[in-house]
Amino acid sequence: MSLELKMPALSPTMEEGTLAKWLVKEGDEVKSGDILAEIETDKATMEFEAVDEGKIARILVPAGTEGVKVGTVIATITGEDESDNGAPAPAPATAQPPAGTTTEREQKADESAPPAADPKGEQTPAPKKAETGTSQLAAEARPARDPEIPRGTNMATVTVREALRDAMAEEMRRDDRVFVMGEEVAEYQGAYKVTQGLLEEFGPKRVIDTPITEYGFAGIGTGAAMGGLRPIVEFMTFNFAMQAIDHLINSAAKTNYMSGGQMRCPVVFRGPNGAAARVGAQHSQNYAPWYAAVPGLVVIAPYDASDAKGLLKAAIRSDDPVIFLENELVYGRTFELPELDDHVLPIGKARIVREGRDVTIVAYSIAVGLALEAAEQLAGDGIEAEVLDLRTLRPLDREAVLASLARTNRLVIAEEGWPTCSIAAEIMAICMEDGFDFLDAPVLRVCDENVPLPYAANLEKAALIDVPRIVAAVKKVCYR
Amino acid sequence: MAKTSGGAAAAAAQTEPDDDGFQLRSLQEAHSTSRHYPASDDELLRFYQQMVLIRRFEEKAGQLYGLGLVGGFCHLYIGQEAVAVGLQSALDPDKDSVITGYRDHGHMLAYGIDPKLIMAELTGRQAGISKGKGGSMHMFSLEHHFYGGHGIVGAQVPLGTGLAFAHKYREDGGVCMTYFGDGAANQGQVYESFNMASLWKLPVVFVIENNGYAMGTAVKRSSAETEFYRRGTAFRIPGLDVNGMDVLEVRQAAEVALDFVRKGNGPVLMELNTYRYRGHSMSDPAKYRSREEVQEMREKHDPIEGAKTELLARGVPEERIKEIDKQTRAIVTEAADFAENSPEPALEQLYTDVLVESY
Repeated sequence: MSLELKMPALSPTMEEGTLAKWLVKEGDEVKSGDILAEIETDKATMEFEAVDEGKIARILVPAGTEGVKVGTVIATITGEDESDNGAPAPAPATAQPPAGTTTEREQKADESAPPAADPKGEQTPAPKKAETGTSQLAAEARPARDPEIPRGTNMATVTVREALRDAMAEEMRRDDRVFVMGEEVAEYQGAYKVTQGLLEEFGPKRVIDTPITEYGFAGIGTGAAMGGLRPIVEFMTFNFAMQAIDHLINSAAKTNYMSGGQMRCPVVFRGPNGAAARVGAQHSQNYAPWYAAVPGLVVIAPYDASDAKGLLKAAIRSDDPVIFLENELVYGRTFELPELDDHVLPIGKARIVREGRDVTIVAYSIAVGLALEAAEQLAGDGIEAEVLDLRTLRPLDREAVLASLARTNRLVIAEEGWPTCSIAAEIMAICMEDGFDFLDAPVLRVCDENVPLPYAANLEKAALIDVPRIVAAVKKVCYR
Repeated sequence: MAKTSGGAAAAAAQTEPDDDGFQLRSLQEAHSTSRHYPASDDELLRFYQQMVLIRRFEEKAGQLYGLGLVGGFCHLYIGQEAVAVGLQSALDPDKDSVITGYRDHGHMLAYGIDPKLIMAELTGRQAGISKGKGGSMHMFSLEHHFYGGHGIVGAQVPLGTGLAFAHKYREDGGVCMTYFGDGAANQGQVYESFNMASLWKLPVVFVIENNGYAMGTAVKRSSAETEFYRRGTAFRIPGLDVNGMDVLEVRQAAEVALDFVRKGNGPVLMELNTYRYRGHSMSDPAKYRSREEVQEMREKHDPIEGAKTELLARGVPEERIKEIDKQTRAIVTEAADFAENSPEPALEQLYTDVLVESY
């Protein structure tokens, strides 16, 4: 009997990887715990361990192969017991990352979950592959080029992860007051690899691993900013920032006002925000409306690589405290990034990422991708949707929202987050207060369901926004 | 230190220094050898003047509160004057920094900040140090390296640790003196800060002003370990147990602590045993303690009377002391007049200083 070894999912967002190296060859006897191969994910090189005993029968994917999809059969093992008794083979270790190679905190389900066990010949009513809610947050559509970028600028293709890292590195080169602190930012190279390489270039004085102690290090970062430095404080995710939120709001946001303008607090708090895949309610939340409600804070939530870089650089240079909300599911997406020596974008300005005359879809962060996808579908139905990426949530670009509404007279907000007291609710209020005369239809919002994010794949899928819901809302405001 | 299994070895471990020489009481011993700072007469007169200034200022603030000129919460420092004066007189105002909680008037006066600006902030006027937008609990002076004035119990501890981080990062030789109370000492963020301050050897002096009561809760009712100077032990931070009612003892302890910190050894934790004569804030009737207890402290341990007795014993003429008292009263009266007669902030001030930049 022969077991199939499949390409494992080894990181939270891994869809494919490089089979860097085989540590066994055909004919080798292996036992549980032996390291079979090294696999490179977008974040790190991981070891792939054997779960079963037996002999390596065939190696199907040679070392050095790139872009091996999760779930691809990469080798087969002949079981120790050669007499086939007809029982289904145990499922190969496709779903489990190797034990002990990732931390519990980092352990998040993948954007595309690995296939469930599906032994040959066994009939099961269970789905072959659990389709996660976050798979519906994927988007192929890309924003139109930012008109602020000079014509003729060379464009590179980079991931959001790289863009963020480059923004920090450039600002650290420019200003020696800038430093990065947080959990696993230095030696581990970042829990999501956003700080990769920074320790090597800038050393441990400026790239600082902290204990797991958000309240304490958020306060230390804030105090260092009051003392004249320019800290970048990374939260492994913004879910953990709730442990520290007193310093973000009471210490960082209010001190300039309470001191009559004496006490600057130029700190950037950044990290992934919003739903991640299959990690359940405590690790999946969009905090944008929380921070955007607080006077004294600047809140930025970029979508593509160009905005991520240009706005993070602006955030680091700002004399105000900035909450910089990234998205784990977007880190690995590639976008065009202008090759400029100093790509800094204005804070507080929304951007039209697709032009259209019939209806406006307002979005930010990961929902921008969905809005663009929806706009493409709608174009097929003869509806030209304008997509406005807010980019900065505080101060909010009211003028851009109202100007787009004045052109299209219909507006839908797409937000990956709860509807109650949301950014969407704020946009609706702006439209009522200052855009009422432009409106040809009630403003609608498409948000996540009003529940904690469930774990089960089907429930997660039902809870999160998706393109069809946006398309339906747009058609409704267009009376189509 | 490796875990030991034998009972004798375990007992020995409690008294012997650790591998790297950490001893909770290492500084206490240095402090015990000479408890009193050898102040010159002029220095002691200056300490006396500063303590009297704080006392008279706070009495006046309480008076203005009663007249409705000061609003909200107002926490007075009466009784604790020797702590801020003794400690801050040891700092270098050009490079060191100070941060504290909401009972902050005394620390500002001890750092030489103009009483007029503080009093005008209490009355919520444009001329106040925070333009009237901060109030009693939220005052700052970048000019004097005084970083507040923080209203959330314990929040100033990581902030002060961050200021110390900045001193070390910039290599400016500065130390941050971070004050908090026995109540704040039970906040989790305090220990998170201890851990990182010790781990990174930050130049910070943690000062616990133990006035016996966390608002209305006596120390022994809220704290499993009431000897607060021991609370850095788990983080290898040496402690100092100091009589906070004696300005010369406070100053001497500050010398010991600052010497240790300035040498790059990391933080020190000082417990200053002190007492506040007034309630927690102006609205606190202080029913949780007896009149006799307060009276006993006032009569036998008052820091100002103590300094006065010492001055007289040294042969400083009583007239000189009386002259200081008189001058100080005049300073406070002038501050109160200024605070009462300054205009309120212009309405446009409502919208300024929210953000530094325009976007």
